[in-house]
Amino acid sequence: MGLETLLAEKLKDTVLLSKMDAVINWGRSNSLWPAPFGTACCAIEMMSLFANKYDLARFGAEVLRFSPRQADLMLVSGRISIKMMPVLSTIWRQMPEPKWCISMGACACSGGMFNTYTLVQGVDQFIPVDVYIPGCPPRPEVVLDALMEIQKKVRGEKLLDRLHGE
Amino acid sequence: MQEPTNDMVLNLLQETFNDRILKTEVVRNQLQIEVIGTHVYELIKFLKDDERCDFSYLVDIGGVDFLKNGDGPERFGVIYILQNMNNYLRIIIRTYISEEDLEIDSLTPLYLAANWAEREVYDMFGISFKGHPDLRRILMPDDYEGHPLRKDYPLQGRGERENFSRYEYYEPSKV
Repeated sequence: MGLETLLAEKLKDTVLLSKMDAVINWGRSNSLWPAPFGTACCAIEMMSLFANKYDLARFGAEVLRFSPRQADLMLVSGRISIKMMPVLSTIWRQMPEPKWCISMGACACSGGMFNTYTLVQGVDQFIPVDVYIPGCPPRPEVVLDALMEIQKKVRGEKLLDRLHGE
Repeated sequence: MQEPTNDMVLNLLQETFNDRILKTEVVRNQLQIEVIGTHVYELIKFLKDDERCDFSYLVDIGGVDFLKNGDGPERFGVIYILQNMNNYLRIIIRTYISEEDLEIDSLTPLYLAANWAEREVYDMFGISFKGHPDLRRILMPDDYEGHPLRKDYPLQGRGERENFSRYEYYEPSKV
């Protein structure tokens, strides 16, 4: 009698076998807590995302955390000036691992139409970005899509990768 | 008391300051006068304190850089907008200062609102205001070099926006 059949006989339906990665990533991907960093008009679209029409709660990400220490998804929406960039990276560093970042809209991704002395030409020069959203501003549906992309990414991660750091 | 009008204010100013006023015109029913830089403080003090004028509100202070087009007699212009809060009459005072002597009297003893407005002009054009209590940059970072609204300042900057140290801001050990 093999061990598996013995276990199955003893435990019957009380135990579900799975991989550690799958269980933890399932939990993480369905309870992403966003830290909103809204500096411009993209933030208005982001706000409608949390309200009833688009309702981010359907994806388990409705708990906005204004303390970075309790958040794991940074939502950079809006233009970031050179005076604001140190603030953004400080907040990013205050978020505990594991953490992900969405850069929302043309300004956060590339500086957008503001090719000037004061604007950072893409936040990805200073913080790692997982998903970029184009648009000026993007519609809330696209942000939902980006969130689903992040979820896809989270589900594909291996725990050991995070353990050793990126 | 009679409410001030453009003509009345103009007559009063010409009586008091006559040849120190360089130019006057009325554009879209607003009086605009041009005055020598060293007399701006005196003139605005008169406009504020005189009961007949009573310009009690400083709307804005702005700077202009005429680098090449020859619009102004000197390179830099400073523009003051005042308002009478009883009948909302506005007056615009212009003055020009040369690149060599970038200094003009501060209006902070007259209007508290001049504090931040003058800091902005200082930040953007490098014009310093004599007697300002706290002349620091207001918009750009404190360690910024140069005055970005000058016409000879490159639009895309001199590398300020790329010159953050990536590791200074993204190094986990510094959290």
